[in-house]
Amino acid sequence: MGSGIASVLVSASYLLAAFLFITGLKRMSSPVTARGGIVWAGAGMVVATIATFFTPDMGNIVLILVAIALGGGVAWITGKRVAMTDMPQMIALYNGMGGGAAAAIAAVELFKGEAHSTVVLALAVLGGLIGAVSFSGSLIAFGKLQDLIKRSFRFRGQNFVNLALLLASVLVGASLVLAAAGPVPGMVTLFFGLALVLGVTMTLPIGGADMPVVISLYNALTGLAVAFEGFVLNNAAMIIAGMVVGSAGTLLTQLMAKAMNRSLANVLFSGFGETAGPQGEVSGSMKPIDAADVGVMMAFAQKVIIVPGYGMAVAQAQHKVWELAKLLQERGVTVKFAIHPVAGRMPGHMNVLLAEAGVPYDVIYDESEINAEFDNTDVALIIGANDVVNPAARTDKSSPIYGMPILNADKSRNVIVIKRGKGAGFSGIENGLFFLDNTHMLYGDGQAVAAALIQAVKAL
Amino acid sequence: MIDGFIALYIFMLAAFTGYEVIGRVPTILHTPLMSGSNFVHGIVLVGAMVALGRADTTLELVIGFLGVALGAGNAVGGYVVTERMLEMFKSSKPAGGPAAGKKH
Repeated sequence: MGSGIASVLVSASYLLAAFLFITGLKRMSSPVTARGGIVWAGAGMVVATIATFFTPDMGNIVLILVAIALGGGVAWITGKRVAMTDMPQMIALYNGMGGGAAAAIAAVELFKGEAHSTVVLALAVLGGLIGAVSFSGSLIAFGKLQDLIKRSFRFRGQNFVNLALLLASVLVGASLVLAAAGPVPGMVTLFFGLALVLGVTMTLPIGGADMPVVISLYNALTGLAVAFEGFVLNNAAMIIAGMVVGSAGTLLTQLMAKAMNRSLANVLFSGFGETAGPQGEVSGSMKPIDAADVGVMMAFAQKVIIVPGYGMAVAQAQHKVWELAKLLQERGVTVKFAIHPVAGRMPGHMNVLLAEAGVPYDVIYDESEINAEFDNTDVALIIGANDVVNPAARTDKSSPIYGMPILNADKSRNVIVIKRGKGAGFSGIENGLFFLDNTHMLYGDGQAVAAALIQAVKAL
Repeated sequence: MIDGFIALYIFMLAAFTGYEVIGRVPTILHTPLMSGSNFVHGIVLVGAMVALGRADTTLELVIGFLGVALGAGNAVGGYVVTERMLEMFKSSKPAGGPAAGKKH
Protein backbone atom coordinates (compact mmCIF):
# COMPACT_ATOMS: atom_id res chain seq x y z
CA MET A 1 0.00 0.00 0.00
CA GLY A 2 1.29 3.45 -0.90
CA SER A 3 2.68 5.56 1.90
CA GLY A 4 2.31 8.93 0.20
CA ILE A 5 0.60 11.97 1.62
CA ALA A 6 -2.71 10.86 0.09
CA SER A 7 -2.81 7.60 1.98
CA VAL A 8 -2.00 9.39 5.26
CA LEU A 9 -4.88 11.79 4.63
CA VAL A 10 -7.22 8.89 3.87
CA SER A 11 -6.22 7.16 7.11
CA ALA A 12 -6.68 10.37 9.09
CA SER A 13 -10.14 10.84 7.56
CA TYR A 14 -11.10 7.30 8.55
CA LEU A 15 -9.95 8.00 12.11
CA LEU A 16 -12.14 11.09 12.17
CA ALA A 17 -15.05 9.09 10.70
CA ALA A 18 -14.72 6.39 13.39
CA PHE A 19 -14.79 9.11 16.07
CA LEU A 20 -17.89 10.69 14.51
CA PHE A 21 -19.69 7.31 14.26
CA ILE A 22 -19.12 6.41 17.90
CA THR A 23 -20.02 9.91 19.13
CA GLY A 24 -23.11 9.81 16.93
CA LEU A 25 -24.28 6.45 18.30
CA LYS A 26 -23.60 7.66 21.83
CA ARG A 27 -25.75 10.75 21.25
CA MET A 28 -28.47 8.61 19.69
CA SER A 29 -28.80 6.70 22.95
CA SER A 30 -30.45 9.60 24.77
CA PRO A 31 -33.73 11.24 23.67
CA VAL A 32 -32.33 14.73 24.28
CA THR A 33 -29.33 14.43 21.97
CA ALA A 34 -30.63 11.72 19.60
CA ARG A 35 -31.55 14.12 16.81
CA GLY A 36 -28.01 15.46 16.61
CA GLY A 37 -26.53 11.97 16.84
CA ILE A 38 -27.48 10.94 13.33
CA VAL A 39 -26.03 14.20 11.99
CA TRP A 40 -22.66 13.42 13.61
CA ALA A 41 -22.67 9.91 12.18
CA GLY A 42 -23.78 11.28 8.82
CA ALA A 43 -20.84 13.70 8.79
CA GLY A 44 -18.55 10.73 9.45
CA MET A 45 -19.98 8.92 6.43
CA VAL A 46 -19.48 11.94 4.16
CA VAL A 47 -15.87 12.41 5.33
CA ALA A 48 -15.04 8.72 4.82
CA THR A 49 -16.71 8.55 1.40
CA ILE A 50 -14.96 11.64 0.02
CA ALA A 51 -11.59 10.52 1.43
CA THR A 52 -11.93 7.13 -0.27
CA PHE A 53 -11.78 8.76 -3.71
CA PHE A 54 -8.19 9.76 -2.87
CA THR A 55 -7.10 6.21 -2.05
CA PRO A 56 -3.96 5.38 -4.10
CA ASP A 57 -4.59 3.24 -7.22
CA MET A 58 -8.28 4.07 -7.49
CA GLY A 59 -9.72 3.55 -10.95
CA ASN A 60 -13.23 3.37 -12.39
CA ILE A 61 -14.15 6.69 -10.76
CA VAL A 62 -17.04 7.32 -13.16
CA LEU A 63 -18.51 3.86 -12.52
CA ILE A 64 -18.23 4.47 -8.78
CA LEU A 65 -20.04 7.81 -9.05
CA VAL A 66 -22.80 6.27 -11.20
CA ALA A 67 -23.27 3.39 -8.74
CA ILE A 68 -23.44 5.76 -5.77
CA ALA A 69 -25.96 7.99 -7.55
CA LEU A 70 -28.05 4.98 -8.51
CA GLY A 71 -28.09 3.15 -5.16
CA GLY A 72 -28.18 6.32 -3.08
CA GLY A 73 -30.86 7.92 -5.24
CA VAL A 74 -33.24 4.97 -5.05
CA ALA A 75 -32.69 4.67 -1.29
CA TRP A 76 -33.21 8.43 -0.81
CA ILE A 77 -36.54 8.42 -2.63
CA THR A 78 -37.88 5.25 -0.98
CA GLY A 79 -36.65 6.35 2.44
CA LYS A 80 -38.35 9.75 2.17
CA ARG A 81 -41.63 8.31 0.90
CA VAL A 82 -42.15 5.33 3.15
CA ALA A 83 -44.82 5.70 5.84
CA MET A 84 -43.72 5.56 9.47
CA THR A 85 -45.68 2.33 9.90
CA ASP A 86 -43.52 0.60 7.28
CA MET A 87 -40.18 1.54 8.86
CA PRO A 88 -39.31 -1.98 10.08
CA GLN A 89 -39.24 -3.50 6.61
CA MET A 90 -37.28 -0.56 5.22
CA ILE A 91 -34.62 -1.07 7.90
CA ALA A 92 -34.56 -4.74 6.91
CA LEU A 93 -34.16 -3.77 3.26
CA TYR A 94 -31.34 -1.25 3.76
CA ASN A 95 -29.62 -3.66 6.12
CA GLY A 96 -29.81 -6.38 3.49
CA MET A 97 -28.18 -4.00 1.02
CA GLY A 98 -25.26 -3.54 3.42
CA GLY A 99 -24.89 -7.31 3.73
CA GLY A 100 -24.96 -7.61 -0.05
CA ALA A 101 -22.24 -4.96 -0.37
CA ALA A 102 -20.03 -6.84 2.12
CA ALA A 103 -20.57 -10.06 0.15
CA ALA A 104 -19.71 -8.20 -3.08
CA ILE A 105 -16.39 -7.03 -1.59
CA ALA A 106 -15.59 -10.62 -0.64
CA ALA A 107 -16.59 -11.84 -4.11
CA VAL A 108 -14.35 -9.31 -5.90
CA GLU A 109 -11.41 -10.22 -3.66
CA LEU A 110 -11.95 -13.96 -4.15
CA PHE A 111 -12.45 -13.73 -7.92
CA LYS A 112 -9.27 -11.66 -8.17
CA GLY A 113 -7.51 -14.62 -6.61
CA GLU A 114 -4.51 -12.55 -5.47
CA ALA A 115 -2.13 -14.02 -2.95
CA HIS A 116 -3.36 -13.38 0.58
CA SER A 117 -2.46 -14.88 3.93
CA THR A 118 -4.72 -17.66 5.20
CA VAL A 119 -6.14 -15.39 7.91
CA VAL A 120 -7.12 -12.71 5.38
CA LEU A 121 -8.71 -15.29 3.07
CA ALA A 122 -10.57 -16.90 5.96
CA LEU A 123 -11.99 -13.55 7.07
CA ALA A 124 -12.92 -12.65 3.51
CA VAL A 125 -14.81 -15.95 3.18
CA LEU A 126 -16.45 -15.64 6.61
CA GLY A 127 -17.53 -12.05 5.95
CA GLY A 128 -18.80 -13.10 2.53
CA LEU A 129 -20.84 -15.94 4.02
CA ILE A 130 -22.37 -13.75 6.74
CA GLY A 131 -22.98 -10.89 4.33
CA ALA A 132 -24.70 -13.09 1.76
CA VAL A 133 -26.91 -14.75 4.40
CA SER A 134 -27.80 -11.31 5.78
CA PHE A 135 -28.56 -10.08 2.26
CA SER A 136 -30.99 -12.80 1.17
CA GLY A 137 -32.38 -13.25 4.71
CA SER A 138 -33.14 -9.54 5.05
CA LEU A 139 -34.84 -9.49 1.65
CA ILE A 140 -37.10 -12.35 2.80
CA ALA A 141 -37.81 -10.47 6.04
CA PHE A 142 -38.68 -7.41 3.96
CA GLY A 143 -40.99 -9.49 1.77
CA LYS A 144 -42.74 -10.94 4.80
CA LEU A 145 -43.33 -7.62 6.55
CA GLN A 146 -44.41 -6.01 3.28
CA ASP A 147 -46.90 -8.89 2.87
CA LEU A 148 -45.27 -9.97 -0.39
CA ILE A 149 -44.67 -13.36 1.22
CA LYS A 150 -47.82 -14.24 3.05
CA ARG A 151 -47.10 -17.46 4.85
CA SER A 152 -44.32 -19.21 6.69
CA PHE A 153 -42.93 -22.17 4.79
CA ARG A 154 -42.12 -25.14 6.94
CA PHE A 155 -41.39 -28.72 6.17
CA ARG A 156 -40.09 -31.71 8.02
CA GLY A 157 -36.35 -31.76 8.50
CA GLN A 158 -36.05 -28.06 7.83
CA ASN A 159 -33.39 -27.62 10.47
CA PHE A 160 -31.52 -30.54 8.96
CA VAL A 161 -31.60 -28.92 5.52
CA ASN A 162 -30.38 -25.61 6.97
CA LEU A 163 -27.61 -27.35 8.86
CA ALA A 164 -26.59 -29.23 5.72
CA LEU A 165 -26.53 -25.97 3.74
CA LEU A 166 -24.46 -24.27 6.43
CA LEU A 167 -21.99 -27.17 6.54
CA ALA A 168 -21.74 -27.23 2.74
CA SER A 169 -21.04 -23.46 2.61
CA VAL A 170 -18.43 -23.75 5.33
CA LEU A 171 -16.74 -26.67 3.56
CA VAL A 172 -16.71 -24.92 0.18
CA GLY A 173 -15.53 -21.76 1.95
CA ALA A 174 -12.70 -23.70 3.62
CA SER A 175 -11.67 -25.14 0.26
CA LEU A 176 -11.43 -21.57 -1.08
CA VAL A 177 -9.16 -20.59 1.80
CA LEU A 178 -6.94 -23.65 1.50
CA ALA A 179 -6.71 -23.89 -2.29
CA ALA A 180 -3.00 -23.73 -3.04
CA ALA A 181 -3.35 -21.98 -6.40
CA GLY A 182 -5.85 -19.41 -5.11
CA PRO A 183 -9.66 -19.66 -5.15
CA VAL A 184 -11.22 -21.39 -8.20
CA PRO A 185 -13.92 -19.16 -9.80
CA GLY A 186 -16.45 -22.01 -10.06
CA MET A 187 -16.11 -22.76 -6.35
CA VAL A 188 -16.49 -19.07 -5.49
CA THR A 189 -19.80 -18.99 -7.39
CA LEU A 190 -20.96 -22.19 -5.67
CA PHE A 191 -20.00 -20.72 -2.28
CA PHE A 192 -22.08 -17.57 -2.70
CA GLY A 193 -24.97 -19.55 -4.20
CA LEU A 194 -25.09 -21.79 -1.12
CA ALA A 195 -24.87 -18.83 1.25
CA LEU A 196 -27.71 -16.97 -0.49
CA VAL A 197 -29.95 -20.05 -0.41
CA LEU A 198 -29.13 -20.54 3.28
CA GLY A 199 -30.32 -17.00 4.07
CA VAL A 200 -33.62 -17.74 2.33
CA THR A 201 -34.29 -21.11 3.95
CA MET A 202 -33.26 -19.82 7.37
CA THR A 203 -35.69 -16.90 7.24
CA LEU A 204 -38.73 -18.39 5.47
CA PRO A 205 -39.97 -20.44 8.44
CA ILE A 206 -39.66 -17.56 10.89
CA GLY A 207 -42.77 -15.53 11.44
CA GLY A 208 -45.02 -13.83 13.89
CA ALA A 209 -43.58 -11.89 16.78
CA ASP A 210 -40.10 -13.28 16.04
CA MET A 211 -39.61 -11.04 13.01
CA PRO A 212 -38.12 -8.03 14.88
CA VAL A 213 -35.56 -10.27 16.54
CA VAL A 214 -34.50 -11.62 13.17
CA ILE A 215 -34.12 -8.14 11.65
CA SER A 216 -32.01 -7.10 14.61
CA LEU A 217 -29.91 -10.25 14.27
CA TYR A 218 -29.25 -9.59 10.59
CA ASN A 219 -28.32 -6.01 11.48
CA ALA A 220 -25.67 -7.33 13.88
CA LEU A 221 -24.50 -9.89 11.31
CA THR A 222 -24.06 -7.25 8.62
CA GLY A 223 -21.94 -5.27 11.07
CA LEU A 224 -19.71 -8.31 11.61
CA ALA A 225 -19.42 -8.96 7.88
CA VAL A 226 -18.39 -5.32 7.33
CA ALA A 227 -15.75 -5.59 10.06
CA PHE A 228 -14.29 -8.76 8.51
CA GLU A 229 -14.15 -7.26 5.03
CA GLY A 230 -12.57 -4.18 6.61
CA PHE A 231 -9.76 -6.43 7.81
CA VAL A 232 -9.35 -7.82 4.30
CA LEU A 233 -9.13 -4.32 2.80
CA ASN A 234 -6.97 -3.02 5.63
CA ASN A 235 -9.62 -0.40 6.36
CA ALA A 236 -9.80 0.71 10.02
CA ALA A 237 -13.04 2.68 9.62
CA MET A 238 -14.83 -0.46 8.43
CA ILE A 239 -13.36 -2.60 11.20
CA ILE A 240 -14.36 -0.18 13.95
CA ALA A 241 -17.81 0.80 12.65
CA GLY A 242 -18.65 -2.79 11.70
CA MET A 243 -17.57 -4.24 15.03
CA VAL A 244 -19.36 -1.56 17.06
CA VAL A 245 -22.59 -2.35 15.19
CA GLY A 246 -21.90 -6.08 15.46
CA SER A 247 -21.70 -6.03 19.24
CA ALA A 248 -24.37 -3.37 19.80
CA GLY A 249 -26.70 -5.28 17.49
CA THR A 250 -26.04 -8.56 19.26
CA LEU A 251 -26.88 -6.97 22.61
CA LEU A 252 -30.05 -5.43 21.18
CA THR A 253 -31.06 -8.80 19.71
CA GLN A 254 -30.59 -10.47 23.08
CA LEU A 255 -32.65 -7.77 24.84
CA MET A 256 -35.46 -8.35 22.36
CA ALA A 257 -35.39 -12.14 22.61
CA LYS A 258 -35.39 -11.80 26.39
CA ALA A 259 -38.42 -9.51 26.30
CA MET A 260 -40.28 -12.37 24.63
CA ASN A 261 -38.82 -14.99 26.93
CA ARG A 262 -37.39 -16.85 23.96
CA SER A 263 -33.81 -17.78 23.35
CA LEU A 264 -32.18 -16.84 20.08
CA ALA A 265 -31.82 -20.52 19.20
CA ASN A 266 -35.52 -20.91 19.75
CA VAL A 267 -36.32 -18.04 17.41
CA LEU A 268 -34.09 -19.40 14.66
CA PHE A 269 -34.71 -23.10 14.85
CA SER A 270 -38.28 -23.64 15.98
CA GLY A 271 -41.01 -22.20 13.83
CA PHE A 272 -43.18 -19.88 15.88
CA GLY A 273 -46.29 -21.60 17.21
CA GLU A 274 -45.40 -24.93 15.64
CA THR A 275 -43.65 -26.65 18.49
CA ALA A 276 -46.44 -26.40 21.04
CA GLY A 277 -49.00 -29.11 21.60
CA PRO A 278 -52.74 -28.51 21.53
CA GLN A 279 -53.52 -25.16 23.09
CA GLY A 280 -55.80 -24.78 26.07
CA GLU A 281 -59.46 -24.44 25.21
CA VAL A 282 -60.81 -20.91 25.20
CA SER A 283 -64.35 -20.82 26.47
CA GLY A 284 -66.99 -18.11 26.72
CA SER A 285 -68.08 -15.65 24.09
CA MET A 286 -66.93 -12.27 22.81
CA LYS A 287 -69.28 -9.47 23.80
CA PRO A 288 -69.55 -6.58 21.36
CA ILE A 289 -70.06 -3.00 22.56
CA ASP A 290 -70.62 0.25 20.68
CA ALA A 291 -68.52 3.39 20.64
CA ALA A 292 -71.04 5.57 22.48
CA ASP A 293 -71.00 3.29 25.52
CA VAL A 294 -67.23 3.15 25.55
CA GLY A 295 -67.11 6.96 25.30
CA VAL A 296 -69.26 7.29 28.44
CA MET A 297 -67.25 4.63 30.25
CA MET A 298 -63.95 6.43 29.60
CA ALA A 299 -65.21 9.97 30.13
CA PHE A 300 -66.32 9.12 33.65
CA ALA A 301 -63.36 6.96 34.51
CA GLN A 302 -60.55 8.07 36.80
CA LYS A 303 -57.82 6.28 35.01
CA VAL A 304 -57.52 4.94 31.48
CA ILE A 305 -54.57 3.02 30.12
CA ILE A 306 -54.22 2.77 26.36
CA VAL A 307 -52.40 -0.27 24.98
CA PRO A 308 -51.43 0.19 21.34
CA GLY A 309 -50.28 -2.60 19.05
CA TYR A 310 -49.53 -3.21 15.40
CA GLY A 311 -53.23 -2.78 14.54
CA MET A 312 -52.94 0.90 15.48
CA ALA A 313 -50.02 1.22 13.08
CA VAL A 314 -51.90 -0.45 10.22
CA ALA A 315 -54.93 1.80 10.76
CA GLN A 316 -52.70 4.92 11.07
CA ALA A 317 -54.78 5.67 14.15
CA GLN A 318 -52.07 7.24 16.31
CA HIS A 319 -53.17 10.87 15.70
CA LYS A 320 -56.83 10.15 16.50
CA VAL A 321 -55.85 8.13 19.55
CA TRP A 322 -53.81 11.03 20.94
CA GLU A 323 -56.69 13.44 20.20
CA LEU A 324 -58.96 11.14 22.19
CA ALA A 325 -56.44 10.96 25.04
CA LYS A 326 -56.19 14.77 25.16
CA LEU A 327 -60.00 15.08 25.32
CA LEU A 328 -60.07 12.67 28.26
CA GLN A 329 -57.24 14.54 29.98
CA GLU A 330 -59.23 17.79 29.68
CA ARG A 331 -62.03 16.08 31.58
CA GLY A 332 -59.64 15.20 34.37
CA VAL A 333 -59.12 11.55 33.46
CA THR A 334 -55.62 10.20 34.02
CA VAL A 335 -54.49 8.75 30.69
CA LYS A 336 -51.38 6.64 30.29
CA PHE A 337 -49.98 4.69 27.37
CA ALA A 338 -48.61 1.22 28.08
CA ILE A 339 -46.14 -0.16 25.60
CA HIS A 340 -44.90 -3.69 25.50
CA PRO A 341 -41.27 -4.06 24.43
CA VAL A 342 -42.22 -6.10 21.37
CA ALA A 343 -45.50 -4.41 20.48
CA GLY A 344 -45.57 -3.75 16.76
CA ARG A 345 -42.94 -5.24 14.54
CA MET A 346 -39.86 -3.78 16.24
CA PRO A 347 -38.95 -2.77 19.77
CA GLY A 348 -39.90 0.86 20.21
CA HIS A 349 -42.07 0.78 17.05
CA MET A 350 -45.07 2.07 19.01
CA ASN A 351 -42.98 4.79 20.66
CA VAL A 352 -41.99 6.09 17.26
CA LEU A 353 -45.61 6.20 16.08
CA LEU A 354 -46.84 7.92 19.25
CA ALA A 355 -43.98 10.39 18.99
CA GLU A 356 -45.09 11.07 15.42
CA ALA A 357 -48.56 11.94 16.72
CA GLY A 358 -47.01 14.28 19.29
CA VAL A 359 -47.57 12.21 22.43
CA PRO A 360 -45.07 13.41 25.05
CA TYR A 361 -42.91 10.61 26.35
CA ASP A 362 -43.74 11.23 30.00
CA VAL A 363 -47.20 9.64 29.57
CA ILE A 364 -45.72 6.56 27.90
CA TYR A 365 -44.73 3.66 30.14
CA ASP A 366 -43.19 0.32 29.43
CA GLU A 367 -44.39 -3.03 30.67
CA SER A 368 -42.37 -3.20 33.89
CA GLU A 369 -43.26 0.37 34.90
CA ILE A 370 -47.01 0.13 34.48
CA ASN A 371 -48.02 -3.48 35.08
CA ALA A 372 -48.83 -2.95 38.77
CA GLU A 373 -51.19 -0.12 37.85
CA PHE A 374 -53.74 -2.15 35.90
CA ASP A 375 -55.31 -3.32 39.19
CA ASN A 376 -56.62 0.19 39.91
CA THR A 377 -57.40 1.15 36.33
CA ASP A 378 -60.99 1.70 35.24
CA VAL A 379 -60.58 1.15 31.53
CA ALA A 380 -57.83 -0.55 29.57
CA LEU A 381 -58.28 0.42 25.92
CA ILE A 382 -56.50 -2.04 23.66
CA ILE A 383 -55.99 -0.87 20.09
CA GLY A 384 -54.74 -3.51 17.72
CA ALA A 385 -52.59 -5.30 20.30
CA ASN A 386 -53.07 -9.01 20.77
CA ASP A 387 -50.31 -11.37 21.88
CA VAL A 388 -48.77 -8.82 24.27
CA VAL A 389 -51.97 -8.81 26.36
CA ASN A 390 -52.76 -12.53 26.08
CA PRO A 391 -53.11 -13.93 29.63
CA ALA A 392 -52.24 -17.38 28.29
CA ALA A 393 -48.61 -16.25 28.55
CA ARG A 394 -49.04 -16.34 32.35
CA THR A 395 -51.22 -19.42 32.73
CA ASP A 396 -51.24 -21.79 29.76
CA LYS A 397 -48.12 -23.92 29.61
CA SER A 398 -49.05 -25.33 26.21
CA SER A 399 -49.24 -21.87 24.61
CA PRO A 400 -46.34 -20.91 22.33
CA ILE A 401 -46.05 -17.60 24.15
CA TYR A 402 -46.08 -19.13 27.65
CA GLY A 403 -43.62 -17.30 29.88
CA MET A 404 -43.50 -14.12 27.81
CA PRO A 405 -43.96 -11.09 30.06
CA ILE A 406 -47.25 -9.46 29.09
CA LEU A 407 -49.19 -6.32 29.95
CA ASN A 408 -51.73 -7.33 32.60
CA ALA A 409 -54.59 -5.47 30.92
CA ASP A 410 -57.01 -8.23 31.99
CA LYS A 411 -56.67 -7.05 35.60
CA SER A 412 -58.34 -3.69 34.98
CA ARG A 413 -62.01 -3.20 35.81
CA ASN A 414 -63.03 -2.92 32.17
CA VAL A 415 -61.18 -4.02 29.09
CA ILE A 416 -62.16 -2.63 25.70
CA VAL A 417 -60.57 -4.29 22.70
CA ILE A 418 -60.63 -2.41 19.40
CA LYS A 419 -60.19 -4.98 16.68
CA ARG A 420 -60.97 -5.26 13.02
CA GLY A 421 -62.56 -8.69 13.13
CA LYS A 422 -62.89 -11.83 15.17
CA GLY A 423 -59.83 -13.66 13.85
CA ALA A 424 -56.67 -14.48 15.74
CA GLY A 425 -53.68 -12.10 15.51
CA PHE A 426 -50.44 -12.03 13.53
CA SER A 427 -49.12 -15.07 15.36
CA GLY A 428 -52.37 -17.02 14.98
CA ILE A 429 -52.81 -17.64 18.71
CA GLU A 430 -56.29 -17.46 20.31
CA ASN A 431 -56.52 -14.79 22.98
CA GLY A 432 -58.44 -15.69 26.14
CA LEU A 433 -58.57 -12.01 27.11
CA PHE A 434 -61.27 -11.41 24.49
CA PHE A 435 -63.57 -13.87 26.24
CA LEU A 436 -63.27 -12.56 29.81
CA ASP A 437 -66.33 -11.23 31.68
CA ASN A 438 -64.85 -7.74 31.99
CA THR A 439 -63.89 -7.55 28.30
CA HIS A 440 -65.94 -5.97 25.54
CA MET A 441 -65.11 -5.93 21.86
CA LEU A 442 -65.35 -2.77 19.79
CA TYR A 443 -65.13 -3.93 16.18
CA GLY A 444 -63.88 -1.69 13.39
CA ASP A 445 -60.90 0.00 11.80
CA GLY A 446 -58.73 1.60 14.48
CA GLN A 447 -58.86 5.07 13.02
CA ALA A 448 -62.64 5.05 12.41
CA VAL A 449 -63.29 3.70 15.89
CA ALA A 450 -61.02 6.31 17.49
CA ALA A 451 -62.89 9.03 15.57
CA ALA A 452 -66.21 7.61 16.78
CA LEU A 453 -64.93 7.60 20.37
CA ILE A 454 -63.86 11.24 20.03
CA GLN A 455 -67.38 12.13 18.88
CA ALA A 456 -68.88 10.13 21.73
CA VAL A 457 -66.79 11.91 24.35
CA LYS A 458 -67.41 15.35 22.79
CA ALA A 459 -71.15 14.73 22.76
CA LEU A 460 -71.29 14.35 26.53
CA MET B 1 -0.52 -0.52 8.81
CA ILE B 2 -2.99 -2.72 10.64
CA ASP B 3 -1.94 -6.28 11.01
CA GLY B 4 -1.98 -9.30 13.29
CA PHE B 5 -2.64 -8.53 16.91
CA ILE B 6 -3.25 -4.82 16.37
CA ALA B 7 -6.32 -5.74 14.31
CA LEU B 8 -7.48 -8.08 17.07
CA TYR B 9 -7.10 -5.27 19.62
CA ILE B 10 -9.22 -3.03 17.40
CA PHE B 11 -11.85 -5.78 17.03
CA MET B 12 -12.02 -6.25 20.79
CA LEU B 13 -12.10 -2.60 21.81
CA ALA B 14 -14.72 -1.79 19.16
CA ALA B 15 -16.86 -4.66 20.41
CA PHE B 16 -16.75 -3.31 23.97
CA THR B 17 -17.54 0.17 22.70
CA GLY B 18 -20.67 -1.06 20.91
CA TYR B 19 -21.79 -2.96 23.98
CA GLU B 20 -21.31 0.07 26.25
CA VAL B 21 -22.95 2.56 23.91
CA ILE B 22 -26.15 0.56 23.61
CA GLY B 23 -26.24 -0.83 27.13
CA ARG B 24 -27.89 2.23 28.66
CA VAL B 25 -30.43 2.94 25.98
CA PRO B 26 -34.08 3.48 26.97
CA THR B 27 -36.57 1.19 25.19
CA ILE B 28 -38.17 4.10 23.37
CA LEU B 29 -35.00 4.62 21.37
CA HIS B 30 -34.47 0.99 20.40
CA THR B 31 -35.93 1.28 16.90
CA PRO B 32 -34.17 4.56 16.02
CA LEU B 33 -30.93 3.16 17.41
CA MET B 34 -31.22 -0.07 15.47
CA SER B 35 -31.84 2.10 12.43
CA GLY B 36 -28.87 4.32 13.37
CA SER B 37 -26.53 1.36 13.73
CA ASN B 38 -27.89 0.07 10.43
CA PHE B 39 -26.77 3.38 8.94
CA VAL B 40 -23.31 3.14 10.53
CA HIS B 41 -22.51 -0.19 8.90
CA GLY B 42 -23.24 1.63 5.64
CA ILE B 43 -19.50 2.39 5.88
CA VAL B 44 -19.30 -0.80 3.82
CA LEU B 45 -19.74 1.69 0.96
CA VAL B 46 -16.09 2.78 1.18
CA GLY B 47 -14.93 -0.84 1.03
CA ALA B 48 -17.08 -1.47 -2.02
CA MET B 49 -15.65 1.69 -3.62
CA VAL B 50 -12.13 0.38 -3.11
CA ALA B 51 -13.13 -3.02 -4.51
CA LEU B 52 -14.66 -1.43 -7.61
CA GLY B 53 -11.77 1.00 -7.87
CA ARG B 54 -9.38 -1.91 -8.26
CA ALA B 55 -11.62 -4.18 -10.36
CA ASP B 56 -10.22 -5.29 -13.74
CA THR B 57 -12.31 -8.02 -15.37
CA THR B 58 -15.93 -7.54 -16.44
CA LEU B 59 -17.11 -9.89 -13.70
CA GLU B 60 -15.25 -7.91 -11.03
CA LEU B 61 -16.62 -4.66 -12.45
CA VAL B 62 -20.21 -5.93 -12.38
CA ILE B 63 -19.95 -7.27 -8.82
CA GLY B 64 -18.09 -4.16 -7.68
CA PHE B 65 -20.72 -1.90 -9.25
CA LEU B 66 -23.49 -3.85 -7.48
CA GLY B 67 -21.54 -3.62 -4.22
CA VAL B 68 -21.16 0.17 -4.43
CA ALA B 69 -24.83 0.64 -5.38
CA LEU B 70 -25.96 -1.59 -2.48
CA GLY B 71 -23.55 0.07 -0.05
CA ALA B 72 -24.77 3.53 -1.07
CA GLY B 73 -28.35 2.30 -0.61
CA ASN B 74 -27.48 1.12 2.90
CA ALA B 75 -25.84 4.41 3.85
CA VAL B 76 -28.35 6.81 2.28
CA GLY B 77 -31.49 4.83 3.14
CA GLY B 78 -30.25 4.23 6.69
CA TYR B 79 -29.61 7.95 7.15
CA VAL B 80 -32.95 9.08 5.73
CA VAL B 81 -35.15 6.76 7.81
CA THR B 82 -33.15 7.31 11.02
CA GLU B 83 -33.27 11.08 10.58
CA ARG B 84 -37.03 10.95 9.96
CA MET B 85 -37.62 8.88 13.06
CA LEU B 86 -35.45 11.00 15.32
CA GLU B 87 -37.00 14.19 14.02
CA MET B 88 -40.09 13.25 15.98
CA PHE B 89 -38.20 13.20 19.25
CA LYS B 90 -37.48 16.91 18.95
CA SER B 91 -39.38 18.02 22.01
CA SER B 92 -41.54 16.54 24.71
CA LYS B 93 -44.33 19.03 24.29
CA PRO B 94 -47.16 17.99 21.98
CA ALA B 95 -46.40 19.17 18.47
CA GLY B 96 -49.70 18.02 16.96
CA GLY B 97 -50.51 17.76 13.30
CA PRO B 98 -49.23 15.11 10.96
CA ALA B 99 -45.47 15.01 10.79
CA ALA B 100 -43.36 14.78 7.68
CA GLY B 101 -43.50 11.54 5.81
CA LYS B 102 -46.96 12.11 4.42
CA LYS B 103 -45.44 13.42 1.23
CA HIS B 104 -47.03 12.05 -1.83
